[in-house]
Amino acid sequence: MPTAPATTTVDDVLVFLTAALGTEVGPDDDYFATGLADSLFALELVTFVEHRFQLTVEVEDLAIDNFRTAARIIDFARTRSGAAAS
Amino acid sequence: MTQAAEPTGLPDAAEFAAAVRHEAADWDRSGTLPERVRKAVAAAGLFGVGLPGRYGGAGGGPADLGEVCARIGGVCSALRGLLTVQEMVAAALLRWGTAAQREQWLPQLARGDRFAAFAATEAAAGTDLAGVQTRIDEDGDQLVVTGRKLWITFGRTAGVFLVLGQIAGRPSAVLVEGDRPGVRREPVEDQLGMRAAEIAHVDFDAVRVPRDHLVGPPGMGLTHVIGTALDHGRHTVAWGCVGMAEACLDTAADHAAHRLQRGVALAEHQLVRAELARASVRAVAARELCARAARLREQCDPSAVAETVVAKYTAAGAATAVSGAAVQILGAAGMAPDSLAGRFFRDAKVMELIEGSQFVSELHIAGRLLRRHGYRPAPTERTRTVIQEGPR
Repeated sequence: MPTAPATTTVDDVLVFLTAALGTEVGPDDDYFATGLADSLFALELVTFVEHRFQLTVEVEDLAIDNFRTAARIIDFARTRSGAAAS
Repeated sequence: MTQAAEPTGLPDAAEFAAAVRHEAADWDRSGTLPERVRKAVAAAGLFGVGLPGRYGGAGGGPADLGEVCARIGGVCSALRGLLTVQEMVAAALLRWGTAAQREQWLPQLARGDRFAAFAATEAAAGTDLAGVQTRIDEDGDQLVVTGRKLWITFGRTAGVFLVLGQIAGRPSAVLVEGDRPGVRREPVEDQLGMRAAEIAHVDFDAVRVPRDHLVGPPGMGLTHVIGTALDHGRHTVAWGCVGMAEACLDTAADHAAHRLQRGVALAEHQLVRAELARASVRAVAARELCARAARLREQCDPSAVAETVVAKYTAAGAATAVSGAAVQILGAAGMAPDSLAGRFFRDAKVMELIEGSQFVSELHIAGRLLRRHGYRPAPTERTRTVIQEGPR
Protein backbone atom coordinates (compact mmCIF):
# COMPACT_ATOMS: atom_id res chain seq x y z
CA MET A 1 0.00 0.00 0.00
CA PRO A 2 1.42 3.43 -0.89
CA THR A 3 2.30 5.46 2.17
CA ALA A 4 1.58 9.16 2.00
CA PRO A 5 3.83 11.60 3.91
CA ALA A 6 2.80 11.61 7.56
CA THR A 7 1.77 15.25 7.68
CA THR A 8 -0.57 14.79 4.72
CA THR A 9 -2.22 11.82 6.43
CA VAL A 10 -2.74 13.76 9.64
CA ASP A 11 -4.06 16.72 7.68
CA ASP A 12 -6.51 14.54 5.74
CA VAL A 13 -7.88 13.06 8.94
CA LEU A 14 -8.14 16.47 10.62
CA VAL A 15 -9.86 18.01 7.60
CA PHE A 16 -12.43 15.21 7.63
CA LEU A 17 -13.00 15.48 11.38
CA THR A 18 -13.24 19.26 11.36
CA ALA A 19 -15.77 19.19 8.51
CA ALA A 20 -17.81 16.35 10.02
CA LEU A 21 -17.88 17.72 13.56
CA GLY A 22 -18.13 21.40 12.71
CA THR A 23 -15.34 22.44 15.03
CA GLU A 24 -11.56 22.67 14.87
CA VAL A 25 -10.09 19.32 15.86
CA GLY A 26 -6.48 18.81 16.92
CA PRO A 27 -4.56 15.51 16.63
CA ASP A 28 -5.20 14.58 20.27
CA ASP A 29 -8.70 15.99 20.77
CA ASP A 30 -11.12 13.30 21.97
CA TYR A 31 -14.35 14.14 20.16
CA PHE A 32 -16.24 11.16 21.59
CA ALA A 33 -15.56 12.36 25.13
CA THR A 34 -16.88 15.83 24.37
CA GLY A 35 -20.13 14.45 22.97
CA LEU A 36 -19.66 15.94 19.51
CA ALA A 37 -20.00 12.55 17.84
CA ASP A 38 -23.39 11.03 17.03
CA SER A 39 -24.19 7.66 15.48
CA LEU A 40 -24.23 9.00 11.91
CA PHE A 41 -20.77 10.46 12.51
CA ALA A 42 -19.52 7.16 13.94
CA LEU A 43 -20.50 5.33 10.74
CA GLU A 44 -19.07 8.07 8.53
CA LEU A 45 -15.82 7.89 10.42
CA VAL A 46 -15.53 4.13 9.89
CA THR A 47 -16.22 4.57 6.18
CA PHE A 48 -13.73 7.44 5.95
CA VAL A 49 -10.98 5.40 7.62
CA GLU A 50 -11.64 2.45 5.32
CA HIS A 51 -11.73 4.70 2.26
CA ARG A 52 -8.69 6.82 3.15
CA PHE A 53 -6.45 3.97 4.28
CA GLN A 54 -7.83 1.27 1.98
CA LEU A 55 -8.54 -1.19 4.77
CA THR A 56 -11.56 -2.91 6.29
CA VAL A 57 -12.53 -2.12 9.86
CA GLU A 58 -13.51 -5.44 11.40
CA VAL A 59 -15.62 -6.01 14.48
CA GLU A 60 -12.41 -6.85 16.38
CA ASP A 61 -11.15 -3.31 15.64
CA LEU A 62 -14.30 -1.76 17.01
CA ALA A 63 -12.81 -0.27 20.16
CA ILE A 64 -13.45 3.37 20.86
CA ASP A 65 -9.73 3.76 21.62
CA ASN A 66 -8.94 3.14 17.95
CA PHE A 67 -11.08 6.05 16.84
CA ARG A 68 -11.31 8.63 19.61
CA THR A 69 -8.60 10.99 18.29
CA ALA A 70 -6.94 11.70 14.95
CA ALA A 71 -3.61 10.46 16.27
CA ARG A 72 -5.16 7.16 17.37
CA ILE A 73 -6.84 6.69 14.01
CA ILE A 74 -3.48 7.06 12.29
CA ASP A 75 -1.82 4.65 14.75
CA PHE A 76 -4.59 2.15 14.11
CA ALA A 77 -4.24 2.49 10.33
CA ARG A 78 -0.45 2.10 10.54
CA THR A 79 -0.76 -1.00 12.70
CA ARG A 80 -3.26 -2.53 10.30
CA SER A 81 -1.21 -1.64 7.23
CA GLY A 82 1.91 -3.07 8.88
CA ALA A 83 0.06 -6.25 9.79
CA ALA A 84 -1.18 -6.60 6.23
CA ALA A 85 2.32 -6.09 4.84
CA SER A 86 4.02 -8.59 7.15
CA MET B 1 -43.88 2.46 -15.62
CA THR B 2 -40.56 4.14 -15.19
CA GLN B 3 -38.30 1.50 -13.68
CA ALA B 4 -35.08 0.26 -15.21
CA ALA B 5 -34.69 -3.31 -16.46
CA GLU B 6 -34.24 -6.03 -13.83
CA PRO B 7 -30.56 -6.87 -13.33
CA THR B 8 -29.67 -10.41 -14.38
CA GLY B 9 -28.85 -13.03 -11.75
CA LEU B 10 -31.12 -11.37 -9.21
CA PRO B 11 -34.62 -12.39 -8.19
CA ASP B 12 -37.37 -11.02 -10.39
CA ALA B 13 -39.04 -8.64 -7.97
CA ALA B 14 -41.25 -7.16 -10.69
CA GLU B 15 -42.73 -10.56 -11.49
CA PHE B 16 -43.29 -11.29 -7.81
CA ALA B 17 -44.88 -7.88 -7.28
CA ALA B 18 -47.22 -8.35 -10.24
CA ALA B 19 -48.29 -11.78 -8.99
CA VAL B 20 -49.35 -10.53 -5.53
CA ARG B 21 -50.56 -7.02 -6.40
CA HIS B 22 -54.25 -7.95 -6.26
CA GLU B 23 -53.92 -9.36 -2.72
CA ALA B 24 -52.33 -6.37 -1.01
CA ALA B 25 -55.59 -4.58 -0.13
CA ASP B 26 -56.83 -7.75 1.61
CA TRP B 27 -53.64 -8.01 3.67
CA ASP B 28 -54.08 -4.40 4.70
CA ARG B 29 -57.72 -4.96 5.66
CA SER B 30 -57.02 -8.13 7.63
CA GLY B 31 -53.90 -6.68 9.26
CA THR B 32 -51.77 -9.71 8.45
CA LEU B 33 -49.32 -10.86 5.84
CA PRO B 34 -50.17 -14.55 5.35
CA GLU B 35 -47.39 -17.01 6.13
CA ARG B 36 -47.62 -18.44 2.61
CA VAL B 37 -46.72 -15.00 1.26
CA ARG B 38 -43.71 -14.68 3.54
CA LYS B 39 -42.65 -18.14 2.41
CA ALA B 40 -43.17 -17.16 -1.22
CA VAL B 41 -40.94 -14.10 -0.69
CA ALA B 42 -38.28 -16.45 0.64
CA ALA B 43 -38.73 -18.94 -2.21
CA ALA B 44 -38.36 -16.12 -4.72
CA GLY B 45 -34.96 -15.28 -3.18
CA LEU B 46 -36.00 -11.77 -2.24
CA PHE B 47 -34.47 -11.90 1.26
CA GLY B 48 -30.88 -12.37 0.21
CA VAL B 49 -30.57 -9.68 -2.43
CA GLY B 50 -27.92 -7.63 -0.63
CA LEU B 51 -26.01 -10.55 0.91
CA PRO B 52 -22.90 -12.16 -0.62
CA GLY B 53 -23.27 -15.50 -2.40
CA ARG B 54 -21.29 -17.36 0.28
CA TYR B 55 -24.13 -16.70 2.71
CA GLY B 56 -26.80 -17.72 0.25
CA GLY B 57 -27.51 -14.22 -1.01
CA ALA B 58 -27.73 -12.90 -4.56
CA GLY B 59 -24.71 -10.62 -4.13
CA GLY B 60 -26.60 -7.57 -5.35
CA GLY B 61 -25.34 -4.03 -4.87
CA PRO B 62 -27.18 -1.13 -3.22
CA ALA B 63 -28.93 -0.17 -6.47
CA ASP B 64 -30.10 -3.77 -7.03
CA LEU B 65 -31.53 -3.94 -3.53
CA GLY B 66 -33.08 -0.53 -4.02
CA GLU B 67 -34.84 -1.58 -7.19
CA VAL B 68 -36.25 -4.67 -5.48
CA CYS B 69 -37.57 -2.48 -2.66
CA ALA B 70 -39.13 -0.07 -5.18
CA ARG B 71 -40.92 -2.91 -6.99
CA ILE B 72 -42.23 -4.45 -3.78
CA GLY B 73 -42.89 -1.05 -2.21
CA GLY B 74 -45.06 -0.18 -5.21
CA VAL B 75 -47.40 -3.02 -4.25
CA CYS B 76 -47.41 -3.21 -0.46
CA SER B 77 -45.52 -1.23 2.18
CA ALA B 78 -45.84 -4.03 4.71
CA LEU B 79 -44.27 -6.51 2.30
CA ARG B 80 -41.46 -4.03 1.66
CA GLY B 81 -41.20 -3.64 5.44
CA LEU B 82 -40.66 -7.40 5.72
CA LEU B 83 -37.68 -7.08 3.38
CA THR B 84 -36.43 -4.01 5.25
CA VAL B 85 -36.30 -5.56 8.71
CA GLN B 86 -34.70 -8.75 7.39
CA GLU B 87 -32.12 -6.70 5.49
CA MET B 88 -31.46 -4.39 8.48
CA VAL B 89 -30.57 -7.26 10.79
CA ALA B 90 -28.60 -9.02 8.04
CA ALA B 91 -26.66 -5.83 7.23
CA ALA B 92 -25.76 -5.28 10.89
CA LEU B 93 -24.51 -8.88 11.16
CA LEU B 94 -22.66 -8.76 7.85
CA ARG B 95 -20.89 -5.59 8.94
CA TRP B 96 -20.32 -6.18 12.64
CA GLY B 97 -20.94 -9.87 13.31
CA THR B 98 -18.02 -12.20 14.01
CA ALA B 99 -17.20 -14.80 11.36
CA ALA B 100 -19.04 -17.39 13.47
CA GLN B 101 -22.11 -15.16 13.83
CA ARG B 102 -22.21 -14.50 10.09
CA GLU B 103 -21.99 -18.23 9.38
CA GLN B 104 -24.69 -19.03 11.90
CA TRP B 105 -27.26 -16.35 11.10
CA LEU B 106 -26.88 -14.98 7.59
CA PRO B 107 -27.78 -18.13 5.59
CA GLN B 108 -30.97 -18.51 7.69
CA LEU B 109 -31.89 -14.90 7.01
CA ALA B 110 -31.06 -15.12 3.29
CA ARG B 111 -33.20 -18.23 2.87
CA GLY B 112 -36.00 -16.82 4.96
CA ASP B 113 -35.80 -19.84 7.30
CA ARG B 114 -35.93 -17.31 10.09
CA PHE B 115 -37.64 -13.94 10.06
CA ALA B 116 -35.85 -11.10 11.80
CA ALA B 117 -37.09 -7.99 13.55
CA PHE B 118 -35.44 -4.86 14.84
CA ALA B 119 -36.20 -3.99 18.46
CA ALA B 120 -34.87 -0.56 19.40
CA THR B 121 -37.75 1.84 20.20
CA GLU B 122 -39.02 2.15 23.77
CA ALA B 123 -41.60 4.29 25.53
CA ALA B 124 -38.96 6.85 26.53
CA ALA B 125 -36.54 6.32 23.62
CA GLY B 126 -37.63 6.93 20.03
CA THR B 127 -35.36 9.30 18.14
CA ASP B 128 -33.00 9.40 21.13
CA LEU B 129 -32.08 5.74 21.21
CA ALA B 130 -29.17 6.42 23.56
CA GLY B 131 -31.85 6.63 26.25
CA VAL B 132 -33.03 3.01 25.99
CA GLN B 133 -33.66 1.39 29.37
CA THR B 134 -33.58 -2.27 28.33
CA ARG B 135 -30.99 -4.06 30.44
CA ILE B 136 -28.59 -6.69 29.20
CA ASP B 137 -27.08 -8.24 32.32
CA GLU B 138 -24.05 -10.49 32.19
CA ASP B 139 -24.43 -13.81 34.03
CA GLY B 140 -21.56 -16.20 33.42
CA ASP B 141 -21.67 -17.36 29.83
CA GLN B 142 -25.17 -15.96 29.39
CA LEU B 143 -26.80 -12.59 28.87
CA VAL B 144 -30.13 -11.72 30.47
CA VAL B 145 -32.32 -9.30 28.52
CA THR B 146 -35.03 -7.32 30.32
CA GLY B 147 -37.11 -4.55 28.79
CA ARG B 148 -40.10 -3.55 26.71
CA LYS B 149 -39.78 -2.67 23.02
CA LEU B 150 -42.47 -0.85 21.06
CA TRP B 151 -43.65 -0.70 17.46
CA ILE B 152 -41.68 -3.65 16.19
CA THR B 153 -42.37 -4.33 12.53
CA PHE B 154 -43.22 -8.04 12.16
CA GLY B 155 -42.76 -8.35 15.91
CA ARG B 156 -45.75 -10.73 16.04
CA THR B 157 -44.05 -13.35 13.91
CA ALA B 158 -40.28 -12.69 14.09
CA GLY B 159 -38.03 -15.66 14.82
CA VAL B 160 -35.19 -13.45 16.05
CA PHE B 161 -34.95 -9.90 17.37
CA LEU B 162 -31.95 -7.58 17.21
CA VAL B 163 -32.40 -5.85 20.56
CA LEU B 164 -30.77 -2.61 21.69
CA GLY B 165 -30.08 -2.44 25.41
CA GLN B 166 -27.47 -1.39 27.94
CA ILE B 167 -24.71 -3.50 29.43
CA ALA B 168 -23.68 -1.59 32.55
CA GLY B 169 -24.70 1.68 30.92
CA ARG B 170 -22.99 0.92 27.61
CA PRO B 171 -25.33 0.65 24.58
CA SER B 172 -25.15 -2.87 23.21
CA ALA B 173 -26.94 -5.01 20.64
CA VAL B 174 -27.96 -8.61 21.19
CA LEU B 175 -29.83 -11.25 19.19
CA VAL B 176 -32.78 -12.87 20.96
CA GLU B 177 -34.69 -15.76 19.40
CA GLY B 178 -38.45 -15.37 19.48
CA ASP B 179 -39.08 -18.73 21.12
CA ARG B 180 -36.93 -18.09 24.20
CA PRO B 181 -38.82 -18.22 27.52
CA GLY B 182 -39.75 -14.70 28.63
CA VAL B 183 -40.49 -13.26 25.16
CA ARG B 184 -44.07 -11.94 25.10
CA ARG B 185 -45.67 -10.28 22.09
CA GLU B 186 -48.58 -7.84 22.21
CA PRO B 187 -50.07 -7.24 18.76
CA VAL B 188 -50.70 -3.64 17.65
CA GLU B 189 -53.72 -3.33 15.38
CA ASP B 190 -55.48 -0.67 13.33
CA GLN B 191 -52.57 1.77 13.31
CA LEU B 192 -52.56 4.48 10.63
CA GLY B 193 -50.56 2.62 8.01
CA MET B 194 -48.48 -0.45 7.24
CA ARG B 195 -51.39 -2.39 8.66
CA ALA B 196 -50.21 -5.76 7.38
CA ALA B 197 -46.79 -5.36 9.00
CA GLU B 198 -47.69 -7.54 12.01
CA ILE B 199 -46.53 -4.82 14.38
CA ALA B 200 -46.16 -5.73 18.05
CA HIS B 201 -44.91 -4.40 21.33
CA VAL B 202 -42.59 -7.04 22.78
CA ASP B 203 -41.64 -7.68 26.40
CA PHE B 204 -38.35 -9.35 27.20
CA ASP B 205 -38.72 -10.68 30.74
CA ALA B 206 -35.28 -11.83 31.91
CA VAL B 207 -34.73 -13.65 28.62
CA ARG B 208 -31.51 -15.67 28.66
CA VAL B 209 -29.34 -16.01 25.57
CA PRO B 210 -25.79 -17.32 25.13
CA ARG B 211 -23.10 -14.63 25.33
CA ASP B 212 -22.23 -15.28 21.69
CA HIS B 213 -25.52 -13.55 20.78
CA LEU B 214 -23.93 -10.18 21.55
CA VAL B 215 -23.31 -8.30 18.29
CA GLY B 216 -20.34 -5.94 18.42
CA PRO B 217 -18.59 -5.01 21.66
CA PRO B 218 -20.48 -3.38 24.55
CA GLY B 219 -20.62 0.37 24.04
CA MET B 220 -20.68 0.13 20.22
CA GLY B 221 -24.15 -1.38 19.95
CA LEU B 222 -25.90 1.87 19.10
CA THR B 223 -23.35 3.85 17.11
CA HIS B 224 -22.24 0.96 14.94
CA VAL B 225 -24.52 -2.10 15.06
CA ILE B 226 -27.88 -0.34 15.33
CA GLY B 227 -26.47 2.60 13.33
CA THR B 228 -25.64 0.28 10.44
CA ALA B 229 -29.07 -1.35 10.62
CA LEU B 230 -30.84 2.04 10.59
CA ASP B 231 -28.69 3.32 7.74
CA HIS B 232 -29.60 0.22 5.76
CA GLY B 233 -33.22 0.65 6.76
CA ARG B 234 -33.27 4.22 5.45
CA HIS B 235 -31.88 2.99 2.14
CA THR B 236 -34.61 0.36 1.69
CA VAL B 237 -37.42 2.59 2.99
CA ALA B 238 -36.33 5.35 0.60
CA TRP B 239 -36.53 3.03 -2.39
CA GLY B 240 -39.83 1.62 -1.17
CA CYS B 241 -41.15 5.20 -1.18
CA VAL B 242 -39.96 5.63 -4.77
CA GLY B 243 -42.08 2.61 -5.69
CA MET B 244 -45.07 4.05 -3.82
CA ALA B 245 -44.75 7.43 -5.55
CA GLU B 246 -44.38 5.84 -8.98
CA ALA B 247 -47.35 3.52 -8.45
CA CYS B 248 -49.54 6.42 -7.30
CA LEU B 249 -48.42 8.56 -10.23
CA ASP B 250 -49.33 5.78 -12.69
CA THR B 251 -52.75 5.37 -11.07
CA ALA B 252 -53.46 9.11 -11.07
CA ALA B 253 -52.28 9.67 -14.65
CA ASP B 254 -54.28 6.69 -15.92
CA HIS B 255 -57.40 7.96 -14.19
CA ALA B 256 -56.91 11.51 -15.48
CA ALA B 257 -56.43 10.26 -19.04
CA HIS B 258 -59.59 8.14 -19.09
CA ARG B 259 -62.09 9.53 -16.61
CA LEU B 260 -64.73 11.73 -18.25
CA GLN B 261 -66.85 14.34 -16.52
CA ARG B 262 -69.50 16.05 -18.70
CA GLY B 263 -67.76 14.46 -21.66
CA VAL B 264 -64.40 16.02 -20.82
CA ALA B 265 -61.38 14.02 -19.65
CA LEU B 266 -59.93 15.08 -16.29
CA ALA B 267 -56.66 15.49 -18.22
CA GLU B 268 -58.17 18.54 -19.92
CA HIS B 269 -58.21 20.46 -16.65
CA GLN B 270 -55.16 22.59 -15.94
CA LEU B 271 -55.42 22.04 -12.19
CA VAL B 272 -55.24 18.29 -12.73
CA ARG B 273 -52.29 18.69 -15.09
CA ALA B 274 -50.46 20.89 -12.59
CA GLU B 275 -50.99 18.29 -9.87
CA LEU B 276 -49.73 15.55 -12.18
CA ALA B 277 -46.69 17.61 -13.19
CA ARG B 278 -45.69 18.24 -9.58
CA ALA B 279 -46.23 14.59 -8.70
CA SER B 280 -44.21 13.45 -11.70
CA VAL B 281 -41.25 15.68 -10.82
CA ARG B 282 -41.35 14.58 -7.18
CA ALA B 283 -41.31 10.90 -8.16
CA VAL B 284 -38.40 11.25 -10.57
CA ALA B 285 -36.44 13.49 -8.17
CA ALA B 286 -36.86 10.92 -5.40
CA ARG B 287 -35.67 8.14 -7.71
CA GLU B 288 -32.60 10.12 -8.76
CA LEU B 289 -31.60 11.04 -5.20
CA CYS B 290 -32.01 7.39 -4.20
CA ALA B 291 -29.85 6.36 -7.17
CA ARG B 292 -27.24 8.92 -6.13
CA ALA B 293 -27.17 7.58 -2.59
CA ALA B 294 -26.95 4.02 -3.95
CA ARG B 295 -23.94 5.02 -6.07
CA LEU B 296 -22.18 6.54 -3.06
CA ARG B 297 -22.95 3.40 -1.04
CA GLU B 298 -21.52 1.26 -3.83
CA GLN B 299 -18.33 3.36 -3.77
CA CYS B 300 -18.14 3.15 0.06
CA ASP B 301 -18.01 6.95 0.08
CA PRO B 302 -18.04 8.46 3.59
CA SER B 303 -20.90 10.76 2.57
CA ALA B 304 -23.15 7.79 1.77
CA VAL B 305 -24.72 7.75 5.25
CA ALA B 306 -25.71 11.43 5.05
CA GLU B 307 -26.83 11.23 1.43
CA THR B 308 -29.02 8.25 2.31
CA VAL B 309 -30.74 10.48 4.87
CA VAL B 310 -31.34 13.01 2.06
CA ALA B 311 -32.70 10.28 -0.21
CA LYS B 312 -35.02 8.88 2.46
CA TYR B 313 -36.25 12.34 3.42
CA THR B 314 -37.01 13.24 -0.19
CA ALA B 315 -38.57 9.91 -1.08
CA ALA B 316 -40.82 9.83 2.00
CA GLY B 317 -41.95 13.36 1.18
CA ALA B 318 -42.55 12.35 -2.44
CA ALA B 319 -44.60 9.31 -1.41
CA THR B 320 -46.72 11.53 0.84
CA ALA B 321 -47.23 14.27 -1.74
CA VAL B 322 -47.83 12.00 -4.72
CA SER B 323 -50.20 9.67 -2.87
CA GLY B 324 -52.10 12.75 -1.69
CA ALA B 325 -52.28 14.09 -5.24
CA ALA B 326 -53.43 10.70 -6.50
CA VAL B 327 -56.25 10.49 -3.95
CA GLN B 328 -57.30 14.03 -4.91
CA ILE B 329 -57.39 13.25 -8.63
CA LEU B 330 -59.10 9.90 -8.11
CA GLY B 331 -61.84 11.46 -6.00
CA ALA B 332 -64.22 8.89 -4.55
CA ALA B 333 -62.20 6.09 -6.16
CA GLY B 334 -59.22 7.22 -4.08
CA MET B 335 -61.03 6.68 -0.82
CA ALA B 336 -62.58 3.34 -1.77
CA PRO B 337 -61.67 0.37 0.45
CA ASP B 338 -59.44 -1.23 -2.19
CA SER B 339 -57.76 1.96 -3.42
CA LEU B 340 -53.99 1.64 -3.78
CA ALA B 341 -53.62 5.43 -3.59
CA GLY B 342 -55.71 5.60 -0.43
CA ARG B 343 -53.69 2.82 1.21
CA PHE B 344 -50.39 4.44 0.22
CA PHE B 345 -51.70 7.81 1.46
CA ARG B 346 -51.91 6.24 4.94
CA ASP B 347 -48.65 4.30 4.58
CA ALA B 348 -46.71 7.31 3.27
CA LYS B 349 -47.23 9.27 6.48
CA VAL B 350 -45.69 6.34 8.34
CA MET B 351 -42.68 6.58 6.00
CA GLU B 352 -42.26 10.18 7.18
CA LEU B 353 -41.96 8.95 10.76
CA ILE B 354 -39.86 5.78 10.67
CA GLU B 355 -36.07 5.36 10.35
CA GLY B 356 -35.59 9.01 11.28
CA SER B 357 -38.58 11.34 11.07
CA GLN B 358 -38.76 14.22 8.59
CA PHE B 359 -37.99 16.62 11.45
CA VAL B 360 -34.88 14.72 12.49
CA SER B 361 -33.75 14.40 8.87
CA GLU B 362 -34.09 18.16 8.41
CA LEU B 363 -32.05 18.81 11.54
CA HIS B 364 -29.34 16.52 10.24
CA ILE B 365 -29.32 17.92 6.70
CA ALA B 366 -29.27 21.53 7.93
CA GLY B 367 -26.64 20.75 10.56
CA ARG B 368 -24.36 19.30 7.93
CA LEU B 369 -24.84 22.35 5.73
CA LEU B 370 -24.20 24.77 8.58
CA ARG B 371 -21.04 22.96 9.69
CA ARG B 372 -19.65 23.47 6.19
CA HIS B 373 -20.28 27.17 6.69
CA GLY B 374 -18.40 27.31 9.95
CA TYR B 375 -21.30 27.05 12.38
CA ARG B 376 -20.10 25.73 15.74
CA PRO B 377 -22.74 23.83 17.72
CA ALA B 378 -23.27 25.03 21.27
CA PRO B 379 -22.60 22.40 23.95
CA THR B 380 -25.68 20.32 24.75
CA GLU B 381 -26.72 19.17 28.19
CA ARG B 382 -25.18 15.78 27.47
CA THR B 383 -21.96 17.38 26.19
CA ARG B 384 -21.64 19.43 29.36
CA THR B 385 -22.25 16.38 31.51
CA VAL B 386 -19.63 14.36 29.68
CA ILE B 387 -17.12 17.20 29.86
CA GLN B 388 -17.71 17.56 33.58
CA GLU B 389 -17.88 13.88 34.48
CA GLY B 390 -15.72 12.34 31.78
CA PRO B 391 -16.81 9.70 29.28
CA ARG B 392 -18.28 6.44 30.46
